[in-house]
Amino acid sequence: MAFLELAHVGKGYGAAGARTEVLHDINLTVERGEFVAIVGYSGAGKTTLINMVSGLAAPDTGTVTLDGKPITGPGADRGVVFQNYSLLPWLTAYDNVLLAVDQAFGGWTSQQKREHAEKHLALVNLAAARDKKPSELSGGMKQRVSVARALAVDPQVLLLDEPLGALDALTRAVLQDEISRIWQTSKKTVLLITNDVDEGILLADRIIPLSIGPRATLGPAVTIDIPRPRDRKAMNHDERFKHARNQVIEYLLGPGRRRGQPPPAPELLPASIETVAA
Amino acid sequence: MKKTAVRFDPSAYLLPLVGVVALVGFWALSSATWSKNLPSPAKTWSVAKPFIVEPFAKRGELDQGVARFAWYSLWLVAKGYALAILFGTPLGFVLGRSKLFAKSFDPIIQVLRPVSPLAWLPLGLVLFEKSQPAALFTIAICAMWPTVLNTALGVRSIPQDYLNVARVLQLSPAKTFFKVLLPATLPYMFTGFRLSLGIAWLVIVAVEMLTGSPGIGGFLWQEYNSLIYEHIILCILTIGIVGFVLDRLMSAVERRLRVAV
Repeated sequence: MAFLELAHVGKGYGAAGARTEVLHDINLTVERGEFVAIVGYSGAGKTTLINMVSGLAAPDTGTVTLDGKPITGPGADRGVVFQNYSLLPWLTAYDNVLLAVDQAFGGWTSQQKREHAEKHLALVNLAAARDKKPSELSGGMKQRVSVARALAVDPQVLLLDEPLGALDALTRAVLQDEISRIWQTSKKTVLLITNDVDEGILLADRIIPLSIGPRATLGPAVTIDIPRPRDRKAMNHDERFKHARNQVIEYLLGPGRRRGQPPPAPELLPASIETVAA
Repeated sequence: MKKTAVRFDPSAYLLPLVGVVALVGFWALSSATWSKNLPSPAKTWSVAKPFIVEPFAKRGELDQGVARFAWYSLWLVAKGYALAILFGTPLGFVLGRSKLFAKSFDPIIQVLRPVSPLAWLPLGLVLFEKSQPAALFTIAICAMWPTVLNTALGVRSIPQDYLNVARVLQLSPAKTFFKVLLPATLPYMFTGFRLSLGIAWLVIVAVEMLTGSPGIGGFLWQEYNSLIYEHIILCILTIGIVGFVLDRLMSAVERRLRVAV
């Protein structure tokens, strides 16, 4: 049995009769230590999918299991980085991280908690912004705090819900490299939700497209066997990269998009970021 | 923190004076023409002067400086207002958190909210049999509603994201309350507190008139009965100025909270 497993998962919203099924027959397995990216259309139910893993939402049908045990609610074994940072604006960067540490490691001394929180701020290169409030931080810095907060509880699985979606291309590239670096050192299991095919390929071991909703479902997985560390400049010319990108996009624009649907959002088309040095 | 250069802007001080001068002019004109009972501004000043230049003097039970009378009233308001906040804030929190509770109690709150202090006071006297607790009851129940409703609104307006964070981090109920719910609601709560204070101060005059408690409202009523109309005007101005200062103080606190969040 895989470490994280979704079997025949379906989820809908609305009252009986007017109910729309957002996700339909989702089957996904993630091995321990694996980095899996799910890429799909805006509004296809990507966040709903990750919420069922984080425990914020429960599936209507099917099962979600982690390490063989069904997920019934949020837990310290899963760290979540939300799309819109979701930092508490009245706490400093440090206090936001400390709040998570405090809850996860209640038995520690305050000295231990402090060092642990500071270590994770340093991990995302934010030691200098320790005492800043979120309103004083840029979008990229906020998302770093959010990553530090998620990692600080030492989860087994890191759930990234379009973590870089709101950032500009340059900041995005820098943070992609940081996520890649952190993943290679921590070797956590990561589930990344994104609408950027290139981002998924750059970071993940496997990339899986999610078809357009309603009744969105996962398409065929594409394994990315490009060795790490991956060089974003060289990757654009890598045949394996091009092949993976074609496969994902062909699914998303082909079988993953039913007839009569509007054309895909422009953000889905791979943006060229080769000008950004790694 | 933003620092703006303080520049002297004459219109900021002169234009408000226009309103004052216009009012005093209308007052002088009225007392000179159609309302013979209304004392003129000059006469009001000369009669009220001892109460103003010696604001804390106590020459007798009914003959005290305005500040002393205002102080009695403020003290009574403070106690009633404290009760209003003490009961209103938790009520608002429950109302905002529980749909079931809101559905059950919101209609009756909407019915009780517009009831005048003059209507509550007799009920307070029936309930407590003494004027002091009846006065507190009246102030508290009239002043409570803005706090209740604004706190409830604040709780309902907490972004789902923050609640998700609390759930994902598995914060305990106490931590969720103190680290998430309370700070998120604080700006709304203080808007409620400010409006509640305004009402509490509004109610005090009616309450003192009816219960005969010493204070600025009691003094006003007593001076009306003694036909010293100059003092009525003195009281009105005092009540207005105190209310204005209270509102400004609360606004300053409220603004700070908004900036902090």
